[in-house]
Amino acid sequence: MSHSQLASIFNKDEKKVDWHDKALWFVRHKRDKSVHEVKNWEELRNLGHGIKAHMLSNLDVYLKEFEANANKNGVEVHWAANAEEHNQIVLKILQENNAKKIVKSKSMLTEECHLNPYLEAEGLEVIDTDLGERIVQLAKEPPSHIVLPAIHKNRHEVDELFQEHLGTKPCDGDPQYLTGEARKHLRQKFIEADAALTGVNFAIAETGGFVVCTNEGNADMGAHLAPVHIACMGVEKIIPRQEHLGVFLRLLARSATGQPVTTYSSHFKKPADGKKMHIIIVDNGRSEQLSRPDFRASLHCIRCGACMNTCPIYRRSGGHSYDATIPGPIGSILSPGKDLKQYSTLPFASTLCGSCSDVCPVKIDIHAQLYKWRQIITKETPQPFIKKKSMEIMGSIFAKPSQFETVGKIARWSLRSLPKSMINSKPNAWGKARDLPLGPKESFDDWYKNREANKTKND
Amino acid sequence: MKVGLFIPCYINQLYPQVGKATIELLEKLKVDVVYPSGQTCCGQPMANSGYEYEGEGACHNFVNNFKDFDYIVTPSGSCAYHVKKHYDIIPQTEEVTKVRTNVYELCDFILNILKVKDLGASFPHKVGVHKSCHGLRGLRLGSCSEVVGPKFSYIEELLTEVKGVEIMPIKRGDECCGFGGTFAVTEEAVSVKMGKDKIKDHLESGVEVITATDTSCLMHLEGLVNRNKQPLKILHIAEILNSSL
Repeated sequence: MSHSQLASIFNKDEKKVDWHDKALWFVRHKRDKSVHEVKNWEELRNLGHGIKAHMLSNLDVYLKEFEANANKNGVEVHWAANAEEHNQIVLKILQENNAKKIVKSKSMLTEECHLNPYLEAEGLEVIDTDLGERIVQLAKEPPSHIVLPAIHKNRHEVDELFQEHLGTKPCDGDPQYLTGEARKHLRQKFIEADAALTGVNFAIAETGGFVVCTNEGNADMGAHLAPVHIACMGVEKIIPRQEHLGVFLRLLARSATGQPVTTYSSHFKKPADGKKMHIIIVDNGRSEQLSRPDFRASLHCIRCGACMNTCPIYRRSGGHSYDATIPGPIGSILSPGKDLKQYSTLPFASTLCGSCSDVCPVKIDIHAQLYKWRQIITKETPQPFIKKKSMEIMGSIFAKPSQFETVGKIARWSLRSLPKSMINSKPNAWGKARDLPLGPKESFDDWYKNREANKTKND
Repeated sequence: MKVGLFIPCYINQLYPQVGKATIELLEKLKVDVVYPSGQTCCGQPMANSGYEYEGEGACHNFVNNFKDFDYIVTPSGSCAYHVKKHYDIIPQTEEVTKVRTNVYELCDFILNILKVKDLGASFPHKVGVHKSCHGLRGLRLGSCSEVVGPKFSYIEELLTEVKGVEIMPIKRGDECCGFGGTFAVTEEAVSVKMGKDKIKDHLESGVEVITATDTSCLMHLEGLVNRNKQPLKILHIAEILNSSL
């Protein structure tokens, strides 16, 4: 289904839309308060943008530097060209270590690769340990937001879900009780785990180390307890130097949730004695995106989710309406690069208001890229005949003033004279909930010409 | 200074009163303003729908109409932005570059080119300002809440000087209204919801009149207000700045 179809389904429950909108606006507002306290915020954004642009232009160099340093630290580095290879590598490592139970902290990359179903089909247990991720995992749903995966669920829905899956008592959606129970459940999983999977927020070429940011400490819990740690990262997660972390950690936490710093920014460098650490570096369409001059900046993304929180369409249509791993504005410029046809409605799920670009901590020109994808989509994917034809007709009318005048006259007459029931009948989506303006008798053009003619007469 | 008045297509056909207010206002300010006939559209509706190339004829027509003016002034941030930002699809001749450089939104022109603030207008009403996105984040006609920096707003600077106007603060001062061109139709449900929320925000703060630099946003809001019979008036900023109630 198209974004607009899924969005109109979401909009059938207006109370839920209001609640979803307010919850995310609250996060956006918290972000505003926290960034307005940073004196040189805009400079920080420029720096973040600059470092990422530099990294992308020298990606090969930094990736090799990172690999060499990680190897020196005793970490095994693997390369995956696509999702399939990534999943195979993960499975191979798990099998080599005889791991059956896996705990996983939040990683959008493994969502993108559909790792969970792949491992489950092999008979392995994969438990998402981020609370929001665990909630959507129990509900058998994909995350609807990259930072707040279960934001589309309210506490009563979580109550019911936990009763069903974790055997909790009915608690009228008491968040304290529910998180307590989730904690107990997850602790058990951490203790039993044979391997821990994490994502990577930043991988530092200079040191071969990497940083994982969580607010729940779940990445640490998994990685410190299990004998094997597998960290999965997209190629664009590289930053050149350790000192650049200061820029990105500040940008990330404030943009994501309005916190001055994420609760746990955990630095991993080498495996503990007797343990193993693997890093899988994944391309999966990223170098192709890098080859598109208009869209390469989409790879600057540090996955803060600020563009989702600020997007008035995302807030009122829900993450699932995008039907893509990464929803919202950033997803709408990334996804068409993966499958233009499948994601062809996403760049149109925007008013091009530009709020996403202004909120983006690494200054991705998101709305400009949405506009550019639109131009490509209409050329390279099948479009509804009516849309194509009407644009062609409009284009030719606007190219000739005399035609425009005639069409304008007819339109004004229709709006003035036809019954409302006809004007607002079904093919006119505008008229479903909105009136159209009454057509004035005289256009501005007519008025001006009359006025000039009268002036000449009076002279 | 020779000024060409650019009246967007929907204002020309559906809201001629906005065009009249604009030209009257400029004439009051002793601007040598001419409305070149033969205007159609800037090409934005096709371009935002992904059919930029279908708008090429409109772009050429626009440049032909306005190439000889020192400034081009329009009561629309969105259309001015389109000319400035997206007229890169036709060859960048001297004429095209000149037109793109010299096109101004009305408030911007009055404040920053004419350098006038007090227009002698009076309008004794509680006014809510809708900051249209293309003007705000495209042309930077004001500061937006996302960006850290000094706060300013051209439309409010002019409005404060209008006698009797009380500018009412709204909760989400610069969130989009949901118009978005063809978005209003293709994403009908979300568009309408955004508009309804915007109107609610204004009503809750006691606004009597919503105004903006762009009639397109206002047409969408007016459509909702009229359908739902809500106690709000919708006026373009030119109409307020030109009024002497």
